[in-house]
Amino acid sequence: MTLTATHLLALSPPILVCTTAILVMLAIAWRRHHTGIAIVTVVGLNLALLSLIGVGRMAPLAAPMLAIDGLAIFAAVLILVAALACATLAHAYLVHHTGPREEFYLLLLCATAGGMVLSASTHLATLFFGLELLSIPLYGMLAYVYGERRSLEAGVKYLVLSAAATTFLLFGMALLYAETGHLDFAGLAARLGGDIGAWGLAGAALMLMGLGFKLSVVPFHMWTPDVYEGGPGPAATFLASASKVAVFVVLLRLVVAAPAFEDGWLHNVLAVLAILTMLVGNLLALTQSNLKRLLGYSSIAHFGYLLTALVIGDGLSIEASGVYLVTYLLTTLGAFGVVTLISSPHVAGSGGTDAAGLHHYRGLFWRRPYLTAVLTITLLSMAGIPFTAGFIGKFYIIALGVEAERWWLVGAVIVGSAIGLFYYLRVMVTLFLAEAGMQRRDAPENWAVQAGGVVVLGAAALVIVLGIYPAPMIAWVRSIGVLAGG
Amino acid sequence: MTLFWLILIPFIGGLLCWQADRFGDLPPRWIALATMLIELAITLGLWFHGDYHLGNVGMAGEALRWSMEWRVAWIPRFGIEVHLALDGLSLVLIALTGFLGVLAVLCSWHEIVRRVGFFHLNLLWILGGVVGVFLAIDLFLFFFFWEMMLVPMYFLIALWGHSGSEGRTRIRAATKFFIYTQASGLLMLVSILGLVFVHHAHTGEYTFAYATLMQTPLSESTAMWLMLGFFVAFAVKLPVVPVHGWLPDAHAQAPTAGSVDLAGILLKTAAYGMLRFALPLFPEASQAFAPVAMTLGLIGIFYGALLACGQQDIKRLIAYTSIAHMGFVLIGIYAGTQLALQGVVLMMVAHAFSAAGLFILSGQLYERLHTRDMREMGGLWGRLGSLPGFSLCFVAASLGMPGTANFLGEFLILFGSFPVAPWVVVIASVGLVLAAIYSLLLMQRVYFGPPQGEGIFADLDQREYVMLLALLGLVLLFGLYPQPLLDTTGAAMGEVQRLFGAVSQSTILPMGIP
Repeated sequence: MTLTATHLLALSPPILVCTTAILVMLAIAWRRHHTGIAIVTVVGLNLALLSLIGVGRMAPLAAPMLAIDGLAIFAAVLILVAALACATLAHAYLVHHTGPREEFYLLLLCATAGGMVLSASTHLATLFFGLELLSIPLYGMLAYVYGERRSLEAGVKYLVLSAAATTFLLFGMALLYAETGHLDFAGLAARLGGDIGAWGLAGAALMLMGLGFKLSVVPFHMWTPDVYEGGPGPAATFLASASKVAVFVVLLRLVVAAPAFEDGWLHNVLAVLAILTMLVGNLLALTQSNLKRLLGYSSIAHFGYLLTALVIGDGLSIEASGVYLVTYLLTTLGAFGVVTLISSPHVAGSGGTDAAGLHHYRGLFWRRPYLTAVLTITLLSMAGIPFTAGFIGKFYIIALGVEAERWWLVGAVIVGSAIGLFYYLRVMVTLFLAEAGMQRRDAPENWAVQAGGVVVLGAAALVIVLGIYPAPMIAWVRSIGVLAGG
Repeated sequence: MTLFWLILIPFIGGLLCWQADRFGDLPPRWIALATMLIELAITLGLWFHGDYHLGNVGMAGEALRWSMEWRVAWIPRFGIEVHLALDGLSLVLIALTGFLGVLAVLCSWHEIVRRVGFFHLNLLWILGGVVGVFLAIDLFLFFFFWEMMLVPMYFLIALWGHSGSEGRTRIRAATKFFIYTQASGLLMLVSILGLVFVHHAHTGEYTFAYATLMQTPLSESTAMWLMLGFFVAFAVKLPVVPVHGWLPDAHAQAPTAGSVDLAGILLKTAAYGMLRFALPLFPEASQAFAPVAMTLGLIGIFYGALLACGQQDIKRLIAYTSIAHMGFVLIGIYAGTQLALQGVVLMMVAHAFSAAGLFILSGQLYERLHTRDMREMGGLWGRLGSLPGFSLCFVAASLGMPGTANFLGEFLILFGSFPVAPWVVVIASVGLVLAAIYSLLLMQRVYFGPPQGEGIFADLDQREYVMLLALLGLVLLFGLYPQPLLDTTGAAMGEVQRLFGAVSQSTILPMGIP
């Protein structure tokens, strides 16, 4: 197949993001200007987002090794929104940074492009390419404040473990190729449909491991809390939102395409992993006293819930994963956004570290009512309480489980949510308590005026609006399901 | 649209209270009071102008009839609607909510001095959620409000509660309350979804509408499992004994307004849920389950009464009496005769008044004595103005003295259940004796006996006096002339009895409702 103009047009979103990255690079070489670079980045991302409207009309379309279908566009929208939020938060975060600030946006743009390629890939080569393009800039982003021991530790930890996971992934791909002689998903699925040999199974399992690492599925979750805790706020936000969405979408694509997952032990393994992930994630979060670590564990649990959709793999599952991903993304952006705004180092008296200890948040409500309201709403949404988008997501997951009559999974979701409530409530009530003589941490006075404030307020507003009136979101996600061919 | 406003008014009022906080402490209080008075006035207006007799209940299979109905599409993907409806039962309970809401605002007038605006935001949102529960007949919407009202209640207990001793902190109590009710609520969600998908499998359409789902044909075992999902959720909230653990802590640690709402209204949502959903949706399964439920009710009566006798904390004592009273309600509901069901409604209203009265009184005691420990009280009669006198009246109501509404409620429940379950009634009657014991024990230990101190405490002020007098007046009014209440709920209870009771007469029914 040769590339035509249509293909180029269909690929314009990642192309636009890459172009912006090059522009940013050149601009940095020419002259450093923090706000200017941030504006270029945001404009580029917005253009890519706009171009998706046009691309949406052309979908579904198959470019070489990439599918521009509903799922890819859906993922691209989520990734771009997350990247926009991160860029905005990064500006607030880096304003007082003493080292070079502008390269962060460069890394962010590269990772964004990687995520978009990854979620559209239909070939193991593009999958690998996208995954690495997503991960490698993340090493840099996580260790960006390298003067800070924890940030450096987070970056190195992620680098080492992620590299190990990548080798698993590559080995799995090699085994699959040896078994089937194909590298594209369709070919793989066709060959694996019948009798899948031992090597094929091993390959699939190894690939699952590699991707499971990125999603921090238990037992590949060890890195998550440390990296979330140590990484700078915007980088952790990107890792928790865009990166996970992209990897999940490609896993969804694989599972839906490959019948190897429909029956047999791989399927059971996936189910067990889902249950383990929900329970372990929630249990480990119980005793955390650091908000970023707590959010890390909570995101592990959320991907446990999401894996339910993969295990069931038919009926409502694409719709359910779509809805859940949207709600998860909004919630995560809101929660991490607030943490980033509050914890931004270099605010007076901080000593240069991110403030994420729960005691920093004590009584926040009486100083910053709106910021606290945002955090409360996002926490409620994570707990799946009505009036927030999280409830719609949880509703979908439980509905999916009940429809497929997977009672173990449903039971685990319920137990997981009950455990989860405990720590969400603990954080929430901390925000409202007030004690004299406590350590105070604060967002800059004019936080709401800054773009970062707009981001978190917007996320919280969307969480509420979609929680009360989810019909538009459901309609949008359904249109994707149709485009992706079910 | 009026029905929608009934839900919306408390929510808007709450937001106004929050914002009015910046003008001082008084504006939020007055706004909250005005909000609840408007709510109460609308409900009473509906009561006097509406017709709740619904004519003769029609033949089997006829669509349910409501006195008022309001529906608008919400999530078309699953056939979910904002579907509100009002009948006699919900009307009475909403009026109760409005009235107790006014009391809750009044009784926190001096008790709550910090973060007044935010307190009233939470208080009014609880009430808004409860009104939503009483009005929603779309199962999704019902669940929505059911879960939502927990959040403000949590904050109410966690932020304005009293921390007890021995590690019984208010946050712990609030968390316990939340996890108990939320987790059991999720079981109900699973049941709701199960019902919806069974219906979907039969008809190919998604709907959460109450009337439609009632027609769903269910196999016996499915119906039993789904019914249990509903029952567990309601049993936790009622509470029924093995799952009552949150109640004493929550009551003891909550501020007075929280206790009044909790005992007066929140517990009633569970009984309402059973009457409205668990019984009519699964009549056969409920009928089969009735002996178990009644046994649980009996256990509750004795367990609550016995534990009440041994409490030192006055609010914990009242909390345990609530468990005992709710045991009667549970028996009445599962007896399913018209008389017993009418008794249940009367009992719910009466218990709301008497428990609210007792909680308000213990709140006032706490304001004066700064303790809720009965070991530090005693000999208070004559030193508190008219407060002990009121206590005596409400204690008498709580033990079911003839002339009070509680007596009529218990009497109707026992009388109505006798034809169905004579032994249960006989045993339950013994519980009445225990009620007398714990009630008199309360009086004796707090107001009589050797005095612990000398001082004379402040008499009731005008606000407190009016509150208690109004409550007492209502207890006596419904105790002496309950007919208006019974007339209002008669048709609704007849409907429940028709759906539920019909099964017991003809056991060999096909599937679905008769």
